[in-house]
Amino acid sequence: MKVGLVCPYTWDVPGGVQAHVHDLAIALIAMGHEVSVITPADDEASLPPYIVSTGRAVPVPYNGAVARMAFGPLSARRVRRWLRDGNFDVVHVHEPTTPSLSLLASWSFDGPLVATFHTAVQRARTLAAAYPILQTALEKISARIAVSVSARRTLVEHLGGDAVLIPNGVSMAAFADVAPFPGWPGEGGALGFLGRFEEARKGLPVLLEAAAQLAVTRPGLRLLIAGPGDPDVVWRELPPELVGRVELLGQVSDADKARMLRSVDVYVAPNTGGESFGIVLLEAMAVGTPVLASDLEAFRAVLGDGDSGRLFANGDAADLAAKAGHLLDDPAARASLAALGRATARRYDWSVVAREIVRVYETVAPGAPPVAPGRRTPRAPLGRR
Amino acid sequence: MPWWFWIAVVVVLIAGYLAATSNRLDRLHGRLDVTRAALDAQLVRRAAVTLEIAASGLLDPATSVLLASAAHEARAGFGDDADREVVESRLTVALRAAFADPDEAETLAAEPTGRELLSELEAATNKVLLARRFFNDAVTATLAIRRYRLVRWLRLAGHVGAPTFFEMDDGPPAHVTIAEVEPNAGAPDEAADVD
Repeated sequence: MKVGLVCPYTWDVPGGVQAHVHDLAIALIAMGHEVSVITPADDEASLPPYIVSTGRAVPVPYNGAVARMAFGPLSARRVRRWLRDGNFDVVHVHEPTTPSLSLLASWSFDGPLVATFHTAVQRARTLAAAYPILQTALEKISARIAVSVSARRTLVEHLGGDAVLIPNGVSMAAFADVAPFPGWPGEGGALGFLGRFEEARKGLPVLLEAAAQLAVTRPGLRLLIAGPGDPDVVWRELPPELVGRVELLGQVSDADKARMLRSVDVYVAPNTGGESFGIVLLEAMAVGTPVLASDLEAFRAVLGDGDSGRLFANGDAADLAAKAGHLLDDPAARASLAALGRATARRYDWSVVAREIVRVYETVAPGAPPVAPGRRTPRAPLGRR
Repeated sequence: MPWWFWIAVVVVLIAGYLAATSNRLDRLHGRLDVTRAALDAQLVRRAAVTLEIAASGLLDPATSVLLASAAHEARAGFGDDADREVVESRLTVALRAAFADPDEAETLAAEPTGRELLSELEAATNKVLLARRFFNDAVTATLAIRRYRLVRWLRLAGHVGAPTFFEMDDGPPAHVTIAEVEPNAGAPDEAADVD
């Protein structure tokens, strides 16, 4: 099948949507489909051959944040040319309500159009103002996909209609057989945290409070923290019990992220809200680290209501300390959680998720030739013209 | 500007609006046709796979008869949409009952032909769910436009009848899931050297 993927945000900045489009493209190519991705990107020379750039993206405020997107007549022309040259069986746009390439592609394409909605919380008033303009483009979408229950609810409440639920994927291969950092997790027990630690909703203060309680009775307990942000924020707020026990890694590469998750006895996700899916939980499960997460709806869904990872009462440091203490004391429970977690993560592997997405393609584009059975070698991708 | 100029402007604007709206309506009717055809094809495919499983002799005779009769009625249920909703839902219930026990899926999966059939059944039940979602979504969008006053007064929808939702039970059977059916397909390590 010839598939055109549209990414609305600039390729130069890492982000959830960009990662999703990239991993989906790789998985589709591995299945034998012809894939072309169109996206804004500053540096065209370093792009892989299956990516077409519309040029530099402009930072604009939208939906309460500043995002780098592409719009205007030049972008519209480039999208139209890409659609014409690509001769796609199906075009798959991501986040079509953002004023960028996805909306332009929906506008210009006459054929099977699939859209994936990622955002959970869209500003209702922003959407209401844009709705009459969006409607014509949104009406052309034959199949809508939401990556999470909350993304689907946002879509149903604000735009009407329905969507099928296909979760984000995890590349199991990147998280299998990683080695922990030397000296970790150690004898005294280690807890891990990953995320933008300055943001209150990521819940680091809850974890620090709980760890301080645990540290009183556990002289060897250590904390491994990774993520972008100002380290001074952590050092300033560090409880005295934890001095000398916290290792801050800062922003880490994908490979180091996997190693970091492997280096702890328990991965803690103390997020207090605003999470739509919780991909990090799956990544921790994929490396075989037990997960302890706040009981947010999104986390409950990923952890099967506590079957494949433990839950604690959101925002409750005492509960977190108690649950983490149990896990640290019980290697057998950790081992069984690790096994269950690996099995859960496998269901979200990109090869599985991509096949679910291909089914959507096949449903809306019944005439398109499927991949011949047994064909697993990548075909030459559509080049740039 | 003379008065007739402004009248001409208003007339052009109204005509443009009507043309755009009827264009949208036309496109939505097209989307309805395509999604309806897809739903029909997936329902027929699901019944066909079920019949084949029933005829394979891999399951016990009681389960086979249950599946065969439900699939046969679903295939015979063409025509009236309301009837079809009922018979297709019955097939869903029969499939769920037959595969409620994980052993049943394992029995099938033990044989190579059974494994193939099981994977086809998984795909078919899942695609019914997708196709129905997409069809009903198209119905929602079409009905929203057909409710516009101008569309009703000027009969922009022509003589195409108002579409109706297709309501049925399409909950997939337990123990027949994409990950369990094909655990090794699409090996991710091949993806690594592509980029």
